[in-house]
Amino acid sequence: MKPPPFKYHACRTIDEAVGILDSDPDGSKVLAGGQSLVPVLNLRLAAPDNLVDINSIESLDHIRVQPDHVAIGAGTRQYVVERSDQLHSVLPVVREALSHVGHSQIRNRGTVVGSICHADPAAEMPAVFLTVGGEVTAHSAAGTRTIGSDDFFESYLTTALEPNEIVTQVKFDIPSGRTGWYFEEVARRHGDFAILGVVALVSLEGDTVSRARITIFGGGATPLRMTAAEQLITGAKASDIGGDLLERAAIEASAAVRPTDDIHASADYRRHVAGLLTRRAVTRSLERAGSPA
Amino acid sequence: MKYPLNVRVNGVETSVDVEPHRSLLNVLREDIGLTGPKEGCDDSECGACMVLVDGRPVNSCSYLALQTDGREITTIEGVSEPSCPHSIQQALLEEGGVQCGFCTPGIVMSAKALLDANPSCDEDEVRLALGGNLCRCTGYQKIVRAVLRAAEQLQDRAGTTG
Ligand SMILES: Cc1cc2nc3c(=O)[nH]c(=O)nc-3n(C[C@H](O)[C@H](O)[C@H](O)COP(=O)(O)OP(=O)(O)OC[C@H]3O[C@@H](n4cnc5c(N)ncnc54)[C@H](O)[C@@H]3O)c2cc1C
Ligand code: FES
Ligand code: FES
Repeated sequence: MKPPPFKYHACRTIDEAVGILDSDPDGSKVLAGGQSLVPVLNLRLAAPDNLVDINSIESLDHIRVQPDHVAIGAGTRQYVVERSDQLHSVLPVVREALSHVGHSQIRNRGTVVGSICHADPAAEMPAVFLTVGGEVTAHSAAGTRTIGSDDFFESYLTTALEPNEIVTQVKFDIPSGRTGWYFEEVARRHGDFAILGVVALVSLEGDTVSRARITIFGGGATPLRMTAAEQLITGAKASDIGGDLLERAAIEASAAVRPTDDIHASADYRRHVAGLLTRRAVTRSLERAGSPA
Repeated sequence: MKYPLNVRVNGVETSVDVEPHRSLLNVLREDIGLTGPKEGCDDSECGACMVLVDGRPVNSCSYLALQTDGREITTIEGVSEPSCPHSIQQALLEEGGVQCGFCTPGIVMSAKALLDANPSCDEDEVRLALGGNLCRCTGYQKIVRAVLRAAEQLQDRAGTTG
């Protein structure tokens, strides 16, 4: 199918883009890599009057690795982020997660920020954002604000962004201390959206778990932090985290997800996998945290 | 309303006026007359519309034509002359990697991008690089074998000339 006609604005500056959005917030859409939006337009699932293309705004194309966070601009393509060795050295989970986002051809166009703004509950980047923590910077005619990762995802394809706001960058926090990570997803074919997946970061101080972040994606209307499971292992000694504790963490995770039946899998199956992946995520993250880098 | 689009298509400077909602695929096929890239789904799912933009493979159905202004586009028509097929095309014929042929232009573009960047690729890398290309006929094995065969030939040739 062909998309219905729209006005196309190849913006050169953030101010220009924000101005157009502000003049018609409900009739406008930001266009980043187009890997979700253009198919949606082709299928006529959306019919904006104004398409605000941010691809020519040069200041949005950056990756900045700082001591405590990594900033990724809204114009930065997924394949560029995937290949950044500097980012990989401080947040290895990002490269692993990105390798599961569609196919290389999709990542040649798609952006990390676009994926987070699109907020597909089965997508990898929103789950990574929620797990590592951080914030997005949103611009509108009214000014600039930041939104933290815990407040960003509201529902299926719905975020805390207002229709007149543009995200200019996302910041991912870099964990301190000895931190292990894990990423896994269950999908029928490589490149498909996940049936269910997990992202985890577990930090150790000495032999004690000082911080645990576990996110399940594909298990509800947004990516979901497994806070009960996180609490179970936080403060525990790594050497004590075995059969019983892992079993309880898995049960908590199965109870915390809110899956639905669909053509890909039943809700029961997803609950089962949520427990399994949580258990595996804790074990493997601890192994990685414990082994010297 | 139409806007001017200036692109280099298969090495030729090309100017057309297009409406903003037209995809690159659409403009290549209908305005520029290059019908090698195919429309399989128009939903970024099948890869039949694959072209190279500045050397990188992308689905031209999910790329607005106007977004390619000033860029270099390569379609299957720019890969070789019919009298002298590219190694990938020759290998597809020899391995039986073409049946109905609808997916083939897209497959060749993805494979070419892979071999240009990484001529010593292994089977896993070939399968990953072709992940965005659906083929409903061949079952993929013969396509993968063909791309590996083309890789070998290209390497042999590089070895003998360099
Ligand atoms: C075949 C196929 C398979 C895919 N598989 C996966 C997969 O397995 N996992 C996965 O995560 N994704 C997958 N994707 C989606 C892909 O990752 C998209 O690139 C991503 O979801 C959106 O990023 P984009 O830059 O293309 O954004 P666009 O498509 O341009 O935009 C997406 C949405 O976000 C909004 N938006 C984008 N940027 C901003 C911004 N800076 N500020 C405010 N709003 C903004 C847009 O208005 C739009 O509503 C797949 C896509 C295809 C076509
Ligand atoms: S027509 Fe573009 S991916 Fe199918
Ligand atoms: S040969 Fe028919 S789709 Fe591939």
